[in-house]
Amino acid sequence: MNEFWHIEPRFEAAVKGYFAQPPQAEVELEFPVPEKDFNTAGNGASETKNLLKRLGVDSDTLRRIAVAAYEAEINVAAHSKGGIMKCLIYDDLIHIRFQDEGPGIADIDQAMIPGYSTADELVREMGFGAGLGLPNIKKNSDALHILSSANNPTTVELLIFF
Amino acid sequence: MINLKDLMPLIEATNHTPALDPAEVDIKGGYVCDMLSDVMGSAKTGQAWITIMRHLNVIAVASMTGIPTVIFAKGITPDANVIDKATEESIVLLSSPFETFKLAGIVYKALSS
Ligand SMILES: Nc1ncnc2c1ncn2[C@@H]1O[C@H](COP(=O)(O)OP(=O)(O)OP(=O)(O)O)[C@@H](O)[C@H]1O
Ligand SMILES: [Mg+2]
Repeated sequence: MNEFWHIEPRFEAAVKGYFAQPPQAEVELEFPVPEKDFNTAGNGASETKNLLKRLGVDSDTLRRIAVAAYEAEINVAAHSKGGIMKCLIYDDLIHIRFQDEGPGIADIDQAMIPGYSTADELVREMGFGAGLGLPNIKKNSDALHILSSANNPTTVELLIFF
Repeated sequence: MINLKDLMPLIEATNHTPALDPAEVDIKGGYVCDMLSDVMGSAKTGQAWITIMRHLNVIAVASMTGIPTVIFAKGITPDANVIDKATEESIVLLSSPFETFKLAGIVYKALSS
């Protein structure tokens, strides 16, 4: 498996501490993300945003969470055989994990390049395929971790602090 | 900044979301693109989004990005399910008969004056 990490320098210690020993989440949510279903994709981002809004998370942070989660959901729907989105919500952060059923990303560094896309005709018709989703996820997350390789499932997980 | 109600006659707008009041929306700028990830990456909260895309995804993108109004160019008209979703999310949907270039020019001018 190939691995990609991006951590905002000021959150380095907090992120490493979190992954070294993930604590018990306050709230856990799970959403299915079916293949090529562009209406269901987005439900997870939308419901998570609404819940966090009720919990008092500020609007800029909400926007970053919504955009990162929506992009990642769309990627699972657009590029994989489907998967699940799982949210772990704590007092001071959210951890969102996307696990799909493959076919995986052969070269993650290449996939991260703005403009790189393998989106098919259907995905492009829906308005996706600019090759900007992964860069958007990186830009909006405090930590991003991708685990994948060709013919394998992809795991995309991100942390955003409140 | 311009109030959406004042912008509407300049672009000869049709309002598809009559349940929402355009007078309650102030536009802080505009963004023009049909690629949804580009909009999520670069459009800013409070901007009007000009596009010819009319899928349901447009509403999701506008909602995630904090866009209060989507203006469809070339008289493009959204389907009923798109209108319902936009109404639910408080996103005003307008159509203008003008092409994107002219439409963006009018909105730009209105915002600069
Ligand atoms: N979950 C995934 N499974 C397999 N491949 C993926 C997955 N997510 C991304 N990719 C690959 O990485 C590429 C880049 O993804 P990115 O989200 O940046 O762009 P895109 O989805 O093609 O277009 P956009 O996000 O701008 O609509 C995709 O085209 C695809 O080849
Ligand atoms: Mg994408």
